[in-house]
Amino acid sequence: MEPIRIAAQLEEKFPDSILGIMEHRGQVTTSVARTPIVEIIQFLKTEHQMNHLNCLCGVDNLHRTAHVGERFEVIYQLYSIENRILLRLKAQVPEAEPAIDSICGLWTGANWLERETYDLFGIIFNNHPNLKRILTPDDWQGHPLRKDYALKGDQEWSGFEQLKEKAAQLKQFEF
Amino acid sequence: MTKTTILDVQVADGADDKYRLKMGPQHPATHGVLRVDLELDGETIDKCDPQVGYLHRGFEKLAEHRTYAQNIVLTDRLDYISAMANNVGYCVAVEKLLAIEVPPRAQFIRVMVCEMARISSHLLWLATHALDIGAMTVFLYCFREREVLLELFAELCGSRLTNTYTRLGGVRQDVTHSIMLKLQRFVDEFPGHIAEYETLIDTNRIWLKRTIGIGQISADKAVDLCLTGPSLRGSGVAYDIRQHIPYAAYNQMDFEVPVGETGDTYARYRCRMEEFRQSNTILRQCIERMPPGPILGKDAPDLIMPAKPGRKLEFDAVAGNALIKLIDNRDLYMAGDVYVATEVPKGELGFYFISDGMGRPYRMHIRSPSFLHIGALATIGQGVMIADLIAIIGTLDVVLGECDR
Repeated sequence: MEPIRIAAQLEEKFPDSILGIMEHRGQVTTSVARTPIVEIIQFLKTEHQMNHLNCLCGVDNLHRTAHVGERFEVIYQLYSIENRILLRLKAQVPEAEPAIDSICGLWTGANWLERETYDLFGIIFNNHPNLKRILTPDDWQGHPLRKDYALKGDQEWSGFEQLKEKAAQLKQFEF
Repeated sequence: MTKTTILDVQVADGADDKYRLKMGPQHPATHGVLRVDLELDGETIDKCDPQVGYLHRGFEKLAEHRTYAQNIVLTDRLDYISAMANNVGYCVAVEKLLAIEVPPRAQFIRVMVCEMARISSHLLWLATHALDIGAMTVFLYCFREREVLLELFAELCGSRLTNTYTRLGGVRQDVTHSIMLKLQRFVDEFPGHIAEYETLIDTNRIWLKRTIGIGQISADKAVDLCLTGPSLRGSGVAYDIRQHIPYAAYNQMDFEVPVGETGDTYARYRCRMEEFRQSNTILRQCIERMPPGPILGKDAPDLIMPAKPGRKLEFDAVAGNALIKLIDNRDLYMAGDVYVATEVPKGELGFYFISDGMGRPYRMHIRSPSFLHIGALATIGQGVMIADLIAIIGTLDVVLGECDR
């Protein structure tokens, strides 16, 4: 079945949650509401054998021209190894309450992808088993991939002082 | 009972027999700066918690501030063992996003360098994996062949590791007759070398004991853990992007995708050994069928070549005439998003791009195989021995530059 027809089927199954279907360069994206995201992906996984999660990432639409929708989006790129079909889901996540349900129950591998999205965008994944920062240190301030986070800054990482203390402490052991 | 601590690290004190060990980030068997926090019961791992981020350089943030052409150099620093494959992966994705055509000769050259990168990466994998398990000789033999490929890369683009060879719409330099001759010699000799490695370890009793049944992953579990590449195919799932969604000239190549059965360390080892042979056949086909013609498409953006007709050069007034402006903020790219994946030696390297119509990507996400493979380590490493964890890290073939981005 073609991805566009799967998207149409999704719209039939979840009429209130599908916000739009787009196609660009032959790739189909379905914009969905965030609440039934687990059910939608579960449906795709069981009914259409979308068993491979290619990628899961966040997007900040703050500076985007001509954008309709919420500030944040979570992208789910799904692929069916048997049927060789790509389909992309785009869940809308509002700025006021940046949270969405976790899909760790469907793929164990989604665990780290969601942690990364939380780390870099500050999107909270409900029911995630271990939602903490992954690429930046635990005490990092802010979420680097948000568009209002500057590329360059002059602040030091707060853990740097502790690190220096630790080095001084280790000196007595003659390391 | 109070916990005994030495330098803030809890040690076993009888009340809780778990020994907590931080393996890495300087441990040589963790292939870079990977740290694995272990909770041990004797030598058995109760809990395995990999910690990454030591090499995080913020490529995704950086990429939003650079033009598409400038970002090619960032991809070298992802998987620095097979930079060529990353270059190709990035360019294929951007070309799909901006609809740039690539001439057939450039497509073939891309396949050729991709497979050279695959062989070179697998050689390094075999060398270090065998070294981790205790077979020193293989290490030296593999580096001997890898050197030939690296020298070929240097001849092709002037650099052994950080190649930055591809350009949007083609490749930087044409392959010369001398490179083709040297590659032909390599392709002729290499099957003999593969047999040589196999003599050393394929039926080696120690090797078999250290790999058979270790780190076993079932097919369903491998898909569940989002494994890709040889790590997934070792479990029996025939998912190879070169065949599933062919890019460059892979649809014109005749090759097989080796698939394992048992899903253990030995099966993954066999998969990669077979991939050596398949890559070698692809290289042979490339040499035989390399089409003539241009190596850069006529509508290639960003790269400004003086020889290109019909295109005005912009010169930087401050730096004099020497510096050609690379920045190109024309509003001619269509806004939209694509996800394009390519098969790099480690697995599936995907780029998710959002274009806002500008000369720079609005958002670039890198889906790196190593990130997910290390994530899977937490599950696979549970309940194994420490020595086996080393074998498992080796067999998943991770590179931390790609994981941390």
